[in-house]
Amino acid sequence: MQSIESWGRTPKTTQEVHPLHWSSDPIPSSSTGSCLPYLPYGLGRSYGDVCLNDGAIALPTPAMGRLLAFDPGTGVIRCEAGATLDALLQFAVPRGWFLPTTPGTKFVTVGGAIANDIHGKNHHQVGTFGCQVRRFELLRSNGERRLCTPAENADWYAATIGGLGLTGVITWAEVALRPIASAMIEMESIKFRNLNEFFELSAASDHDFEHTVSWIDCIASGESLGRGIFMRGNHAVEPGPLQTHRPPKLAVPFDLPALTLNRHTVRAFNALYYGRLRSGVTRSRVHYEPFFYPLDGVNRWNRIYGKRGFYQYQFVVPFQDGEAVIREILTLIARSGLGSFLAVLKTFGTMKSPGWMSFPMPGITLALDFANTPAVLPLFAELDRVVFSAGGRLYPAKDGAMRAVDFQKSYPRWEALETYRDPSFSSSFWRRVTQKP
Amino acid sequence: MSKIILIGATSGIAQAIAARLAQQGAELYLMGRSSAKLDLLAADLTTRYGQHGVRVETRAFDFDDFALHHPAVEAAAKALGKVDAAYICHGTLGDQAACECNFALAEQEFRNNCLSPISFLTHLGNLLEAQGSGTLVAISSVAGDRGRQSNYVYGAAKAGLTAFLQGLRNRLYKKGVYVVTVKPGFVDTPMTAAMPRSPLTASPDAVARDIIRAAQRGTPVLYTPWFWQGIMLIIKAIPERLFRRLTL
Repeated sequence: MQSIESWGRTPKTTQEVHPLHWSSDPIPSSSTGSCLPYLPYGLGRSYGDVCLNDGAIALPTPAMGRLLAFDPGTGVIRCEAGATLDALLQFAVPRGWFLPTTPGTKFVTVGGAIANDIHGKNHHQVGTFGCQVRRFELLRSNGERRLCTPAENADWYAATIGGLGLTGVITWAEVALRPIASAMIEMESIKFRNLNEFFELSAASDHDFEHTVSWIDCIASGESLGRGIFMRGNHAVEPGPLQTHRPPKLAVPFDLPALTLNRHTVRAFNALYYGRLRSGVTRSRVHYEPFFYPLDGVNRWNRIYGKRGFYQYQFVVPFQDGEAVIREILTLIARSGLGSFLAVLKTFGTMKSPGWMSFPMPGITLALDFANTPAVLPLFAELDRVVFSAGGRLYPAKDGAMRAVDFQKSYPRWEALETYRDPSFSSSFWRRVTQKP
Repeated sequence: MSKIILIGATSGIAQAIAARLAQQGAELYLMGRSSAKLDLLAADLTTRYGQHGVRVETRAFDFDDFALHHPAVEAAAKALGKVDAAYICHGTLGDQAACECNFALAEQEFRNNCLSPISFLTHLGNLLEAQGSGTLVAISSVAGDRGRQSNYVYGAAKAGLTAFLQGLRNRLYKKGVYVVTVKPGFVDTPMTAAMPRSPLTASPDAVARDIIRAAQRGTPVLYTPWFWQGIMLIIKAIPERLFRRLTL
């Protein structure tokens, strides 16, 4: 039994570990001959307990990361599901291709990207990662293999995208990459003084900019409520060097003491971060690495939250009344004094994912980190009330606390996923949210 | 372009060797027991390194049927034309306790780790001798340097292999053929997956880098990582009367 963590480092779990090495192999049986359930585990970059299977069996996939085929004409790549987005970029960028969409870290596996149906800064134009997956193979505990495409085994395809690893092991997948002429991004950073200005900027940017996201100061209140920095960018059109990124040089070498991140340090950081930018539009040309992956530059950055770890709270609410909801959420957070410097605000587009359990909906999404202190869960309960009564929902990939009743109401297709779940697969998250309310 | 045979190509260390050789644009002939795994490995090498000019051919067969070894080596030589190097990388780490109670299991460990490599080395040795050039590389183990309570079945098999390689090196040097004995310590591969990781555990890629360099130089014996040479020097120096009391 080993100790296994998610990126939030809470809850702590111990699991039996059976790494997967070959996509041609069946799922290994337990070494103790027990009937414990399985769950695939990539690089553990999700938060909460969606990648955890406490007291049961983890199937790490990163050793199963071979590249199997690449069509340089269409940019379609087929790889084993343990391949990371980092590895795909190392392969694709020098050849003039890029990921069709990417989350804020490249240290996730393709399997994890599909299982959480991740989204990126260009969701408003291209939808989720699941929208870019042409087909994949699903391996069940009984040895059955299914080729899943939008047309063939379409139900398995829809169940597995966003299916949180519960339908079985994704052995290999085919993803459509997109062409690039350069590794650089033409970007613009714009300071906005409040939420109104954010919505104006968002509306003005979504059409012309493929990638948009905002950092928000979640401690600012009153007239400065919702002030932040809007970032928008496009892949540079002018041909340039197709240089990949370099591995992280820095690392947080040990867990920081719990008091390091508190309302005072966060307030100070936010003031500096917001203040550093001039007003108006700041244009720059940056490598894709700092544009998409600012935090990847520091290994183990989650250690700044100390041994107790942290929670991430990410929700989406529909556009209608969305602004009022965000305002209320930010007010509650500012009043609580909790909250961290990592607060991200973005609008989702209308492109529908094929996944039954996909998180995005047309609307606004806000993601925040909170150090794991006793005041956090009561705050979440208050935030939940606002989010759910507005018809919104939380992102399973980030969640560690939502109530079963809220989950089941906001993801009505959970029962369909339950019927497609492999009877020998389960997760801490699933056991938590599928309880009888 | 280098023409290279990899036997036991799907092993953890062999995969890392294959990747490095492919990056140099080698022509590879991969042998293993599983055609499914060889196909995956070949696909990965050609997808990643096709631009470097790598060419890959595979052959799957039951390694435990020793009669199949010679035809396999002949087929490889025919496909490549010339053999610049052959790496023998397969092996198993059996359950020492189970082997103590059941000789059939110990016998199988000897077949896998000692006799099977010796069989391949016999055919390849004769081939390279006739060719008058080339390098043979076989992965033995630090475990073969001294029999220890905790894994002497594996250790004895590797000790047999080490002595065979020593003699083969002696015979073939006069014919222009190099024989390299590789003695890794703990390496992070599927074979050692059940063992706890320690600061001494090496990555397959680091070990592969050392092995290829040794092959290029014709180094007789390689300890990888380097510090195992010092460790084993000490272990080997312990007098038997003292060693028999230890629990290593």
